[in-house]
Amino acid sequence: MAVKNVIEAVREALREEMQRDSKVFILGEDVGRRGGVFLATHELIDEFGESRVIDTPLAEASIMGIALGAAFRGMRPIPEVQFSDFIWPAMNQLIGETARACYGTNGALPVPMTIRVPYGGGIRGGLFHSQNVETIFFHTPGLKVVAPATPYDAKGLLKSAIRDNSPVVFLEHKKTYRLVRGELPEEEYTLPIGQADIKRAGENITVVSYGLMLHYCLEAAEAVAGEGIDVEVVDLRTLKPLDKETVLNSVKKTGKLLIVHEDNVTGGVGAEIAALAADEAFEYLDAPVTRLCGPDVPTMPFAQTLEDEYMPNTDKIAQALRKQAAY
Amino acid sequence: MPRKKTTRSNGTEDSEVAIAQSLEGLPEGLTTGDLVDSYTNMIMVRTMDERIWALNRQGKVPIAASCQGHEAAQLGSLLAAQKDGRCFLFPYYRDLGLKMAAGLTPTQVMLSFMGKEGEPYSNARQFPLQGADLEHNIIQISNVVGAGLTQAVGYALACKMQDDDTVVLTYFGDGASSQGEAHEAMNFAGVHQLPVIFVCENNHYAISVPQSRQMATDDLASRAQGYGFPGFTVDGMDIVRCYEATREAISHARTQGPVLLEMQVERLMPHTTDDDHLRYRTQEELDSANQRDPVVNFGSDLLARGIITQEKFEAIKAEALQAINEATDVADAANPPDPSTMWGRVYSE
Amino acid sequence: MAMILELPHVGESVVEGTIGKWLKQPGDKLTRYEPLVEVITDKVTMEVPSPVDGSLLKILAQEGETVPMGAPIAELETADGSNGSAPTPESVPTTVAPAEPTPAPASTQQSATTGTTGYLVKNINPVGPTGGGVGTEQENRGADQDEPSAPPLQPAPSTSDAPGGSSRPSPAVRRLAKEHGVDLAQVRGTGMGGRITRDDLIRYVEGKQSTPATSTQALPATVEAGPDEQHVPLTPIRRMIADAMVRSVTQIPHAWSTVEVDVTGLVALRTQVRAAFQQSEGVDLTYLPFAIKAVAEALKKYPTLNASWGGDKIILKRRINVGIAVAAPHGLVVPVIHDADRLSITGLATALRDLTQRARQNKLTIEDVQGGTFTLNNTGALGSIVSYPIINHPQAAIVTTEAIQKRAVVRDDAIAIRSMMNICMAFDHRINDGAESGAFLQAVKSRLESIGPDTPIY
Repeated sequence: MAVKNVIEAVREALREEMQRDSKVFILGEDVGRRGGVFLATHELIDEFGESRVIDTPLAEASIMGIALGAAFRGMRPIPEVQFSDFIWPAMNQLIGETARACYGTNGALPVPMTIRVPYGGGIRGGLFHSQNVETIFFHTPGLKVVAPATPYDAKGLLKSAIRDNSPVVFLEHKKTYRLVRGELPEEEYTLPIGQADIKRAGENITVVSYGLMLHYCLEAAEAVAGEGIDVEVVDLRTLKPLDKETVLNSVKKTGKLLIVHEDNVTGGVGAEIAALAADEAFEYLDAPVTRLCGPDVPTMPFAQTLEDEYMPNTDKIAQALRKQAAY
Repeated sequence: MPRKKTTRSNGTEDSEVAIAQSLEGLPEGLTTGDLVDSYTNMIMVRTMDERIWALNRQGKVPIAASCQGHEAAQLGSLLAAQKDGRCFLFPYYRDLGLKMAAGLTPTQVMLSFMGKEGEPYSNARQFPLQGADLEHNIIQISNVVGAGLTQAVGYALACKMQDDDTVVLTYFGDGASSQGEAHEAMNFAGVHQLPVIFVCENNHYAISVPQSRQMATDDLASRAQGYGFPGFTVDGMDIVRCYEATREAISHARTQGPVLLEMQVERLMPHTTDDDHLRYRTQEELDSANQRDPVVNFGSDLLARGIITQEKFEAIKAEALQAINEATDVADAANPPDPSTMWGRVYSE
Repeated sequence: MAMILELPHVGESVVEGTIGKWLKQPGDKLTRYEPLVEVITDKVTMEVPSPVDGSLLKILAQEGETVPMGAPIAELETADGSNGSAPTPESVPTTVAPAEPTPAPASTQQSATTGTTGYLVKNINPVGPTGGGVGTEQENRGADQDEPSAPPLQPAPSTSDAPGGSSRPSPAVRRLAKEHGVDLAQVRGTGMGGRITRDDLIRYVEGKQSTPATSTQALPATVEAGPDEQHVPLTPIRRMIADAMVRSVTQIPHAWSTVEVDVTGLVALRTQVRAAFQQSEGVDLTYLPFAIKAVAEALKKYPTLNASWGGDKIILKRRINVGIAVAAPHGLVVPVIHDADRLSITGLATALRDLTQRARQNKLTIEDVQGGTFTLNNTGALGSIVSYPIINHPQAAIVTTEAIQKRAVVRDDAIAIRSMMNICMAFDHRINDGAESGAFLQAVKSRLESIGPDTPIY
C-alpha cells in the first residue's frame, strides 16, 4: 500500500467520487485555478473543467445557499469553506436551512451535500485560522459531522460522505494535512459514517478522542504503557451520529474514561460523552469521567508560548492518564 | 413592448418603467379565456384569504399572511411560468395566491393553515404552505427572507450544469432585498449568467418599516445594473402587465441571463394576523390603497369590457364561496397529525 | 338550538379583550363568517365573525366591557341546530369572567405573594411569531388543579473531595460486590487513598472462590524435619476441616445406627429409565436423588432430626436444606440443596449435578455452602458398606448411603438375591433418642424400598 498524507487522501477521494458520479461538483473560494489554498483540489479543474470545480465569489453564505439549491435539483455539491473560522456567515444556510430541509419537507427533499471544513490549531493560526467549530454542528439535528484523523479514515469517510443523501459537515484538521501520513489501499474502499475505531486496545482506561488529538492520545498511551497503564484509545471518526455502542462497550470494559478534544471544554463533544457514560454505563464506572480539552478561551492565540499553553499535547494527556489510572 | 436597458448613469431616472397597454391588445400567448380563468383564480384566492383571516379570529388558524393586493403580481407571473411549462419557483411567505393557483385544492390550502394531517407542504411540520410542493415545482424552506434567493440561484446553476433549460423564479419582498444574501445571490447569478428571475413584490413595507427606511433609492430595479443584468419596474396591480413582463423575462433568462422584476404592489392587510398596521399607516393611506384593489378592479374591467357577464361575475363569487366553505368544513373536521409523526425524516435514507 | 359564543383566544393579546362595538343586535339574522362584534385588544382591533348561520339571541358582554379570552359574550341561535364550526365548549376554558379585568383566566395560581419570579399564566397557548394566544384542546397543564410541588430534592451527600479518599465505593465496585455477595469490609483497597478499586474486588472474588482464602496451588511442599520425619504444612482448608471435626466430636454426643435397605426395585427403576432420562434431562440419574428425597420426606415426618442443640432449647429448622458431602480437589466441601423437600427427582438430580460440578471446579459461592440443616454423605461411592460418620456441627444428624451390593438374603423364608444398601446414621443424642432416630431411619428405608420400576420420577 502507498503511504500518503491527509491532503492527498482527501484529493483522491474527491477525484474518485467526481469520476464516479457526474452530479458531484466542488465550489468554493480558490478551489479551481489555484487548486485550493491547501491544494486539496489541486488539478481537479484540469480533469473536470470549470463547470464542476467552481471558483466562487468571496461570499460564504451564498456558497452554502447555492450548494443547497443545487442539491434540491439533484446535484451532489461539495462546498468548501476555506477556513472554519469563516463559516459563521454561512450559518443560516447551514443550520437554518440545510439541516432543516429534509425534516421541513417531511422527507421530500434530501440534501446530498458534503461541506468540507479545514479546521483546528497548532499551526500558529491565531484566533482566526485555528477555530474548532464542530460542536455547534454536532448539536444540530439534520446534520452529520465527520472528523477523521488519518489518511485512511479521511479518504474512506469522505467518499461515504459524498455518497450520503444527508448533509455532512466534513472536518479536516489542518495540522494533519501534511503531518499525518498513513497507508492507503490501492483498491476502492469506503468507511461507514457513524462508526468509531479502536486505534489501540487496552484494559485499564478508555480515552475517547478525534482529529489531531487522537494522535497525541496514541503517543500518550505509549508513554504510560511502560508504567503498567494499559490505555484503550477510541477514535470517534464520526461525531454525529455518535457510535455510542463502541464507546460504552469500552467504558464498561475498563471502568475509566478520559475524553480529549481540542475544542473548548464547556459544552463540547466531551460533555455529551460524559453524560452518556453517566447515563448508560453508570454501574461500570470505577472513577469519575474526566475531560482534557481546550480551555474556555476563544481560540488558541498566535504567539508560540500562548498557543502551547492552550493546546492539549502528549505530555498533558499522559499526566491525565496517570491521574485517572491511580484513582 | 419597447424596452430600454438601464444605462450606467445615476440609476433611478433611467430605470425602465413598463409602458401600459390597454386590454384591447393582449400580449402574446394570452387569451380572454386566460383572463377569465385568472379572474376565477383571483376570486378563489381572495375568498380563501378572507376566510383564513376570519378563522384566525375564531382561533382556528394560528397564523396567516395575507396576499391581498399582491394577487395580480403573483397570478400574472405564475401564469407566464405555467404557460412556459419549464419553470421552477422559490416563493416567499406572502405568496398564498401563487401557491394556491399553482394547483392546490382549497381543502389542501385549508389543511395547511389549520395544521392538519395531509397538509401538502410539510405534513404540518412547518408554517402554512412552507416546505416543498414538488408536484407544482415549488420550494420554500424557511422564513429567513433572502435565504431563498441563493438557493434559487443554486438551483438554476444545477439546471445549467445539467443542460436543462428550466428557468427559476425567486420571489421576495422589498425587505428581503436588504439581506446580504440577496446581493450575494444576484452577484453570483450575474457572474455565471444563470437562468433566474428575481421577482420582488415591492409593497413598500417590511412589516412596519417603510421603503424609505429600507433603501436609499426609489426603486429596486436599478440595482440590477450593478450585477450586470437588466432590471424592470412593473405595475404589480395589473395582471396583464405582470404576465407580460414575466413572459419576456423568462425568455431572456433562458437564453441570456438573470432579470430583476420589481412588481410594485399594495399590501392591503397588515403584515400577518399578528399585526395591526394602523399603528404605522393612516386610514387615508389604506383607503387609497384599497382603491387600487387588483381583484376588484380586474373584475370591474372584465365586466365593463363584456369579457364576463354579470351572471358569470356572481357565479364565480358564489362558486368560490361554496368551495371555500366546503374546504373549511373538511379541514376543520380533519385530524391533526399523529404525535408519532413528529419523529423521523430528520435525515434522508 | 342555542349556543354560547365565547371570546376566542386569538391575535396579539394574551389574556383579554374589550367589546368595541356590536355589529348586530338581538334578533338580527346572522350569516356564518359575517363580522359580528368588534373587539379591542391591546395590540389589534379585530372583528370576531359569527361561527354559524342563525340569529343573535342575547348580548352577554356589553360594549366597553373587558372580558378574558374564553369568556361568554353572546348567546346565539343556530339556524339548523348544528354547532357549525364554533369552538366546542371544551376547547376553551369556560370560567365566567369577573367584571374587573383580572388577567390569568382560570389560573388558580394568582396569589397575593406573586413575587419577583411571577407565575406562568395557564390555559393560554401562544402561537404565531409574536405569541398571539390560541386556545386549543390540549390538556391544561395543571391549570385546574394546583399540583402540590414536589419537596425540594435533598442534595446527594457529596463524595469525599480527597482524590480517591471517598469511603463510598464506586458504582462498579458496588455492583460487583452485590453480584458476588462480598462484604466490602473484608476487601483491601489499593486505590487512591485506600479506596477499593474494581480490580481489588475482582481479585478478592477470584481468590475467595478458589478455596476459602487460599490460592489454587498444589499441596504445600513437605519440610524435612530430621532423618525420621517429614512435616507437611497445613493448608487453610485442612485446618478448617480439622477444627470442624474436633468441634463436632467434642461438643456433640454421637450415637450411631444402621439399617439395611432392599433397593432392588430402585435399581430396576434406574436401569429402566436411565437412558431416557439422560436423553431428556441431560443428567445422569444416580441413586443419590432418591436417597435425598427419602431423607427429605422423613425429615418432614420427624422434624427433630432437622434441628440444632440450642443450649437451653432445641432449635427446629423450618427449611430442609440437605448438604451433600463432595470430595473437591482440595478437601471436603458440603454444598447444600436448599428446600430439598420441594424438588422432584429430576430437580434433585439437576441440583446435584450442578453443585458437584461447581464444587470440583472451585466455583461454589457462599450461598452454596450456607444454611444446611442436614447432611448426606455418599460413602458408598468409595466402596464403604458401613460408616460411623461425624455430624456436621451444629446439625442434629448425618446419614451415609453405603455401597449397593447384590447379596443373598432371606425373603419369605427363602434365599433371594437382592440389591442391598446400608444406610448409616449418626445423631446428636441430646436432641433425639433411639426411638426418634430409629423411626426416622425406618422411614427412609421404607421410602426407598417402596420405589419400583413404576414409581414416577417427575
